[in-house]
Amino acid sequence: MNPALTIPAFGPMLPEILMAAGVLVMVLFGAFRGERPGYGMNIIALALLAVTFLAVLMLPSERVETMAGSFVVDDFAKFMKALTLLGSAGGVILSLDYMRREGISRFEYPILIVLSTIGMMMVISANDLIALYLGLELLSLSSYVIAAFDRDNVRSTEAGLKYFVLGALSSGMLLYGASLIYGFTGSVSFPTIASVLTGTTVGIGAIVGLVFVAAGIAFKISAVPFHMWTPDVYEGSPTPVTAFFAAAPKMAGMAMATRVFIDAFPGILVQWQQIIVFISIASMALGSFAAIGQRNLKRLMAYSSIGNVGYALIGLAAGTPAGVQGVAIYMAIYLAMTLGSFAIILAMRRGNVMYESIDDLSGLARTHPALAFCLAMMMFSLAGIPPLAGFFAKFYVFAAAIEANLVALAVIGVVTSVVGAYYYLRIVKVMYFDAPGERYDAMPFGVKFVLAVSSVFVVLFGIVPAPLVAAAGAAARSLF
Amino acid sequence: MTVTAAFFYLFATITIASGFMVIASRNPVQSVLFLILAFVNAAGLFLMMGAEFLAMILVIVYVGAVAVLFLFVVMMLDVDFAALRQGFLQYLPIGGLIGVILLLELILVVGTYTIDPGLVRSPAVPIPAADVMTNTEALGQVLYTRYFYFFQAAGLILLVAMIGAIVLTLRERVGVRRQDISKQNARTQETAVEVRKVPFRQGI
Repeated sequence: MNPALTIPAFGPMLPEILMAAGVLVMVLFGAFRGERPGYGMNIIALALLAVTFLAVLMLPSERVETMAGSFVVDDFAKFMKALTLLGSAGGVILSLDYMRREGISRFEYPILIVLSTIGMMMVISANDLIALYLGLELLSLSSYVIAAFDRDNVRSTEAGLKYFVLGALSSGMLLYGASLIYGFTGSVSFPTIASVLTGTTVGIGAIVGLVFVAAGIAFKISAVPFHMWTPDVYEGSPTPVTAFFAAAPKMAGMAMATRVFIDAFPGILVQWQQIIVFISIASMALGSFAAIGQRNLKRLMAYSSIGNVGYALIGLAAGTPAGVQGVAIYMAIYLAMTLGSFAIILAMRRGNVMYESIDDLSGLARTHPALAFCLAMMMFSLAGIPPLAGFFAKFYVFAAAIEANLVALAVIGVVTSVVGAYYYLRIVKVMYFDAPGERYDAMPFGVKFVLAVSSVFVVLFGIVPAPLVAAAGAAARSLF
Repeated sequence: MTVTAAFFYLFATITIASGFMVIASRNPVQSVLFLILAFVNAAGLFLMMGAEFLAMILVIVYVGAVAVLFLFVVMMLDVDFAALRQGFLQYLPIGGLIGVILLLELILVVGTYTIDPGLVRSPAVPIPAADVMTNTEALGQVLYTRYFYFFQAAGLILLVAMIGAIVLTLRERVGVRRQDISKQNARTQETAVEVRKVPFRQGI
């Protein structure tokens, strides 16, 4: 009666195992060492992320399932995990100086970032609904805590509480949908669900379940109409935490959306395509129109990230290899643009005061020409002006949508990106044509490093796009 | 069979009724007590399905620990629930609308739910019959082997909960006198006792 005790293959899980073992060591180390000044824990976390990054790159490139089919590794998982690790590393590097100066530097911050990254990697590799949910909870619970990390600040605790309550609601919706899907397909495993839900025999129960799962996923990637938490949480959280939220979990969220819809529901593309098209249009429209009135840069970036998720979803709506390739390229470029923009927001500091408003940027071109140039590049790129990376990101998803006969969606995307260009370019105008204010303090090294790397990527991507495009293409093909 | 059905309807009715009372009762302590009643009846439903381990866990963990913790919290926090409920009714139209939509969806879903034998795939790990193996044993056999990935993931989630609670609430208190046992043991008669000669009628 004993089920055969075969040891599952651990090789494909090596990055996750490394991270989990590493984070346990960090917890013990931190607990015994106590709180010390210096960046010890942050450096350990960065080393851990770097080692894991290498381990991800060295994974075999064919599709491997392990852990009784709950965990899958393929090129898509490798690509998105690499992006996620970069985003998390960015979140740690940007926090180094900020946390110390704000007096909230504690060794738990890098630990929580690493734990949340493990959750993201589990989500990216999830091949059944249980693994998906567990990874998502690990990711979300750590995020709630780091949103409230500045615990003596009312705005930060409010952000954490809001995120927690709404996140719990969305987890509930996801679970409800998952239970309906399980009930109507008899399985939690994505390949089995895909083999059951084909053709015209799909019951309404599975469709309702699909809608609820889509709602839960849309919350995690902050797509309209489940975006309400985003501006408040982004504004209230400490700025490096906001940068982390805008970068790494978005990668995992889009990877999760892609894997769930492409891997588990390929047979009912028509049904979920409508949902994704609606979410995508609504996100793009809200992201561009609602951002116009914003004065606070962090809120502006929140709306910008809502809009960007909308553009990335265009690629998913196409449901083709080209579309998924577009999603992968879009997320990689979005990662660079977001980290770069937040590096500049973190550079706006005089003494102990952080400046977050658009007006505080006025005349930056005269006080800090290099900084202003970098921010201008980021904004031009976010607006989608041709030689920069952001243009190519949009180009690939729009092209995929047109190939998939979603011309209307692509046209709406172009129109909203023109609207969005207004507020991105207004920032450039404020920097270059308004009266200059006082100088800001010198940038700390970590912020400078992130800004330099992302600026170089954004400017040079147009010249050497081949490696990223090829990697994204391989990632997309592994899903089909 | 009829006895089984009768018990099913008994447990199910009480579960739903007490679930409703959890949100409807005015006194929060009564809400928690109704929650406990709902848990106990849900445990009864589990028992009828042969999931005795889940039933007992539900009673031990939820009734024994979680609900009692709730009671403590409700009693200690002294929240003015009457004030919280002020303006509660103004959300009734939209809340009611959402409720009706959800109800319609559920009816649609349940209405189409004809159990197609082909639809229920062969389960990943079938439940062994009660006379072969107890429920607990069967769960134990797969929990640490087939589903050990989920088990470990759940462990990490609990670790996050612990770290999170410490990060958000632990405050280093200054000026606290802690017991230092080695210091206490190192005291000798010379350091601890001082012998003074007290002059008569003068004191010290």
